[in-house]
Amino acid sequence: MFKILKYSFYDLIRSRWSYVYFLFYLLLGFVLLFLNNDVSKAIITLMNVIIILVPLISTIFGIMYFYNSKEFTELLLAQPVKRSSIFLGQYLGVAGSLTLSLVLGLGIPFVLYGLFKSDAIFDFSLLLVTGAFLTLIFTVLAFNIALSNENKIKGFGYAVLLWLFMAVIYDGLFLMSLIIFKQYPLDSFSLGATIFNPIDLSRTLILLKLDISALLGYTGAVFKKFFGTDQGLFVSIFMLIFWTVLPIWRLVFVSRKKDF
Amino acid sequence: MIHIENLQKKFGKNIVLSDLDLIIEKPGVFAILGPNGSGKTTLIKSVLGMVVPDKGNISVMGKPIKKNFKYRKKIDYLPQIANFPGNLKVYELIRMIKDLRQSPSDEERLIQLFKLEPFLDKKLSTLSGGTKQKVNIVMAFMFNSPLLILDEPTTGLDPASLIHLKNLIREQKEMNKTVLITSHIMQFVAEVSDIIVYLLEGNIYFKGSIEELKTKTGQTDLEHAIAAIAIEPAHV
Amino acid sequence: MRYLGLLYFTFLLFTTASLWAKPITICESCEIKSISEGVKRAVDFDTLLVKKGTYKEFNIIIDKPLTLIGDNYPIIDGEKKGEIIRIISDDVTVDGFFIINVGTSYTTDYAAIRVVKSDNFLIQNVVLEKLFFGIYLEKSNYGKVYHNKIIGDAKDEYNSGNGIQLWYSHHVEVSSNIVQGARDGIYLEFSDNITINNNKSTGNLRYGLHFMFSDNDIYTNNLFEDNGAGVAVMFSKGIIMKGNTFRKNWGTASFGVLLKEINDAEISDNTFEENTIGINIEGSNRIDYIGNNFINNGWAVKVLGACYANSFKGNNFMYNSFDISYDGKLNDNIFDGNYWSDYTGYDLDKNGIGDVPYRPVKLFSYIVNKTPESIVLLRSLFMDIIDFSEKVSPVFTPDNLLDANPLMTKVE
Repeated sequence: MFKILKYSFYDLIRSRWSYVYFLFYLLLGFVLLFLNNDVSKAIITLMNVIIILVPLISTIFGIMYFYNSKEFTELLLAQPVKRSSIFLGQYLGVAGSLTLSLVLGLGIPFVLYGLFKSDAIFDFSLLLVTGAFLTLIFTVLAFNIALSNENKIKGFGYAVLLWLFMAVIYDGLFLMSLIIFKQYPLDSFSLGATIFNPIDLSRTLILLKLDISALLGYTGAVFKKFFGTDQGLFVSIFMLIFWTVLPIWRLVFVSRKKDF
Repeated sequence: MIHIENLQKKFGKNIVLSDLDLIIEKPGVFAILGPNGSGKTTLIKSVLGMVVPDKGNISVMGKPIKKNFKYRKKIDYLPQIANFPGNLKVYELIRMIKDLRQSPSDEERLIQLFKLEPFLDKKLSTLSGGTKQKVNIVMAFMFNSPLLILDEPTTGLDPASLIHLKNLIREQKEMNKTVLITSHIMQFVAEVSDIIVYLLEGNIYFKGSIEELKTKTGQTDLEHAIAAIAIEPAHV
Repeated sequence: MRYLGLLYFTFLLFTTASLWAKPITICESCEIKSISEGVKRAVDFDTLLVKKGTYKEFNIIIDKPLTLIGDNYPIIDGEKKGEIIRIISDDVTVDGFFIINVGTSYTTDYAAIRVVKSDNFLIQNVVLEKLFFGIYLEKSNYGKVYHNKIIGDAKDEYNSGNGIQLWYSHHVEVSSNIVQGARDGIYLEFSDNITINNNKSTGNLRYGLHFMFSDNDIYTNNLFEDNGAGVAVMFSKGIIMKGNTFRKNWGTASFGVLLKEINDAEISDNTFEENTIGINIEGSNRIDYIGNNFINNGWAVKVLGACYANSFKGNNFMYNSFDISYDGKLNDNIFDGNYWSDYTGYDLDKNGIGDVPYRPVKLFSYIVNKTPESIVLLRSLFMDIIDFSEKVSPVFTPDNLLDANPLMTKVE
């Protein structure tokens, strides 16, 4: 698997798009920090970017890579290599290079700015960890979509739809159900609904740092326990891991049964 | 070498292989022929493990291939369409495959043979179809595996390269290897193969030497013989 | 000025007392072994010098003008039997004691030091621990509570007392005290013209400062942090709050400051940081909010009920989850010339003032008021989208609630 990973990774870090992605984050980091000169504001803006853009780019990148490397995959399938290794290797190659672009692209300006001396270091690390998780999750979701759809256009459409759903539509439905059922106790429901969407989950994780004062304003006991203690952090991270592992498992499972 | 029992494969409602049995024991060149859509490629891909059969057992070198991948080290495969990752350069691709297989190889000789030296440093996406096919051939022949599977090896080759290819196949035969070939060029098949395996509607319709086939159909050349069994399936 | 005068007065007290008589020394091996005994033997304006040691006493009643000075923090241990010191005479000074184990009662508010109907008192450098009430001023005026440290261990509201309590006491200065772990850090009721400055009131069970029916009081440069619900200022007028810091008051209905029925106040140069609600305003009128910093609060300002003629000018609103929450009409309240970190407008004429107005009330804040659970959707793209559409054409939020002159850079 590590050989496949190595070659996918090699292939990707030489591709133009990885650099575009990397440079985008580099530029964003520099603009936010050096033109604005305000770490707190930079972190809030970055959060919005990470929550929305990272899933979008990971999805598109993942699906494009999968379709474009069809030949590579077929070449590998005839080699004495395990199927799961081929797909896991490719997946980790894509997700790894995307994560690297993200972490380096944002990390470099922040380090240059002197982040290690500021107390925003924890917020920032949390942001990067969340970004990394979102990359892992949305890339593997994209791989799953691609694996189940031979038709590129269809697969691409589903992938963008997935992003749109997770990033916007889900929250809209969520809010509507909160408003419709507001006479019922909803705190467990709303926490549950948060957990079932990795974007919301990541957002919550960041909210725990940035907006804890507002979150603690709500009366519900379940909320209080979730946001007021370390429980929220642990549950969120656990669920993010779950969101990563489950689609990977499906990827391996489906790829084993698939004909090429 | 290869034991196939009861092999069955459907793609959707379309039955591609139905209860196919095939035993290839001795070394030699086996040509797998049949009309378009008769299941040649599916059969080959089943042996390679790229297609997962619905039913049936396949063993290669005495071991079932299910949940096994190491047996592929014993097989060299030349795919029908020479599609390679475009970002890689030719030498990188060769190095990568060597790295993956970890077997001794003699690509130098083959590269010289097909005069590929000037292309080694080029990206695969920039190569012409014929050059790609040569790279494809190099990669299939550079290892010394007991079983070779060649899916339409002649596609896009110039006459000189075609001669080299034929020589290579003969070399393998002399080395007592088993070679499976699919091709639409009957002249080529007639030149290189010992045994014809004819597929029709997902099953083996005929298996035997070229001579047997000619006798059976009463034709003097292979092309007509093949055409004849395809048209007159009543001749059993 | 008053501070200087008091100092001068104390100085005078010391010198005149020492002119008249030598200090009465109290120690374990001395002739006088207890403070009560010392007080009994002393005459007016004597000084009692209490040497280091532990004095197990309670109900020490100081009924004449005396100066009690602890030498190197002698311990007065009340053994939880009741009140420890009660001052019932004018001109009493208590300085430099370590007082522990005040009795707890559900019927009597036992205090470590209680001043009853006495003026011109000075309580300073006293450390109080294991207390019920700390320093309790009852109908006592013109005194000073300075540089004391009160450390309680309050767990429940019903069996704990306040750190410093003023009741019907006027013209008192409470400064440079540290109060923590009490029920209310500092509690004022019916006390006018009080000055409260440089105190640190932290980790108290209920309020850092609690304040009812007390007019014309001034708070400056205090720190209120991590209290149950922050600072509550109720039913008072003529209050000046300046340069205070309110931090980390987290929880349901927890706030930096609660203003309830407050009229004619000035709230300036304060910092509200990381509170669930920075200022919670209910039925308060004619208040000027100038030059305050609202940083990282859940809601910087929450306005409930009818409020009139409040003006917010030159404040910094930075990184709050919500800047303003409003449940009624804007009335004649004014937001003008503040800095809002969420402001995304431009300044083409480079005069430092944004060219388009800023709307501090978001639709989301309105939704959260109606459906509290929706707070989990904070900062989601969906909310940003509907907030944006509301910004473009206000439907649910008061459309005249805006800052016409938002600043481009923050007020220093």
